[in-house]
Amino acid sequence: MGRYTNYLSPFRHYSNTIAVPFYWVSDIPERIGLWFDDTFESRYTLMEENKQLQQRVLLQEARLQKMAALANEANRLRGLMGSSQLLEDKVVVAELLGISPDPKVHKVVLNKGAQDGTYVGQAVLDAYGLVGQIVATTPYTSEVLFITDDSHAIPAQLIRNNVRTVVEGVGDLYQLRLRYVPSSMDIVVGDLLVSSGLGGRFPAGYPVATVSKINRDPGESFVRVYATPTAQLNRSRYLLLVFSAGVGEDVKVDISNDGNESLDDTIGSSSNRSALSGQE
Amino acid sequence: MRWLIASSIIFVLLLSVIPLPFELREWRPEFVALLVVYWATYSPQHFGVFTAWVCGILLDIVCLNPLGQSALGLIVVAYISHLSYQRIRSYVLWQQSAWAFVLVGVYQLFSNWVSSLAGKNIETMDFLGATLLTSLLWPLVVVVLRKMKIRFRLL
Repeated sequence: MGRYTNYLSPFRHYSNTIAVPFYWVSDIPERIGLWFDDTFESRYTLMEENKQLQQRVLLQEARLQKMAALANEANRLRGLMGSSQLLEDKVVVAELLGISPDPKVHKVVLNKGAQDGTYVGQAVLDAYGLVGQIVATTPYTSEVLFITDDSHAIPAQLIRNNVRTVVEGVGDLYQLRLRYVPSSMDIVVGDLLVSSGLGGRFPAGYPVATVSKINRDPGESFVRVYATPTAQLNRSRYLLLVFSAGVGEDVKVDISNDGNESLDDTIGSSSNRSALSGQE
Repeated sequence: MRWLIASSIIFVLLLSVIPLPFELREWRPEFVALLVVYWATYSPQHFGVFTAWVCGILLDIVCLNPLGQSALGLIVVAYISHLSYQRIRSYVLWQQSAWAFVLVGVYQLFSNWVSSLAGKNIETMDFLGATLLTSLLWPLVVVVLRKMKIRFRLL
C-alpha cells in the first residue's frame, strides 16, 4: 500500500530509451536463431508448411464468411435495441523485444512505441486471447503488463450466461483468480471468460481465461475460483496491439440502456474500480 | 582503469536483461551487485559509493524497476566493501566468495524491501539460489578481471 508521485514519469518516459539498446542487443542470439530456422529450411518442409497454411486459410475464410453475416445480424439487433453498433478493432502486430528480469513482475517490452501510436492503457492480444495492457511507453518501445501479474485485474464475464466478475493475476503465469465470486453464482469448470469491456480499458469480447478449479469452502464468504489464461503468455513472440475505436462510448450506452443490470450487479461496478485502481 | 570499469558494468547490465524463460528468471545471478562488490573491493580509489549509485540507477532503468530499488542496496554494499577491502583482499578466493555471498544477500535484502513497499511480497526464500550462484561466480570474476588488467597493463 504505497503512495506514489508522478513527478518522475516524464523523466522515466525518456530515460527508458537507455534500456532499449540493451534489450535489442540481448535479443540478437534469439534473432540469429530464428534467421537460421527460416533460412535453412528444406524445400520439402516448406512445401508441407505451405500446404497446411493454405488449408488453414481456407478454413478461416469459410468461418469468416459466416462471421460477417453474424456480425451484420448482431449490429442490426443492437440497432433495434437502440445501442451503438459493435465496431471492429484495428490491430497492429508488435514483436517482443525483452522480458522483465524481475521474477516477481510479469512484464515484457514490445518494439512499438509512442511514435507508432501506442498509448498507456492499450489492450494487447495474442492469437489465443488477451495478454495484458500497456503500462508505459517510450518513443520506440512500450511495456506490457501481463494479466497474470499480481497487480493486475480485468473485468470479465462468463460467455455462457454473461455473469460479470473480475479476473486478477496472482503472479503465476498459468493461473488467474476470480475475485468476489458469491457461492450462488452459476459457474462450472471449463467456462470461458471473455473481457466485458466495463471500465473502458479493454475492448469487450476477447477471451481471457477458462475456469480450471472451483473451491467451495462453506467457511468462507466467497468461492475460490481459479482460471487458466487462454493466451500463450510464455510462447508468443508476436503480440497484437488493439486500437479500439469508440469502446468507451459503447460501454456507456450499454450501462445506461439496461439499468436493471447495472443495479443488481454491484460486483461488476465495484470490480471495475478495483481493476482500474489495481493498475497503479 | 575507468573504461575497464565502465565496459564491465555495461556488459553485466546486458547480462542482467538477457531473456530467460519465465520460470528460470529467479535463478539469474545478481551480476551488477557482484561487479560492484568486486570494483569497490579491488579498486576502491576508482569506484566509490556514488559510482555504485549510478550503476544502481542504470540497473533500475534497464530492468524497468522503480527508480532506486537496486541503487539503495548497491550503495550499502559499496560502503561495506569500502570499510572492509583491506582485510577481504588478503583472504583466499573461496573465503572471498563466502563474503560476496553475504554482501549480495545484503543487497537483495534492500532490493526486496523496496519492491515489497511497491506491493510485491516475497513468500519464499527462493532468491537465495540466485545469491548462491552469484557467490559461485566470484572466483571467475576475480580471475578474469585480473587477466584483463594484466593484459591492458593496468596492474
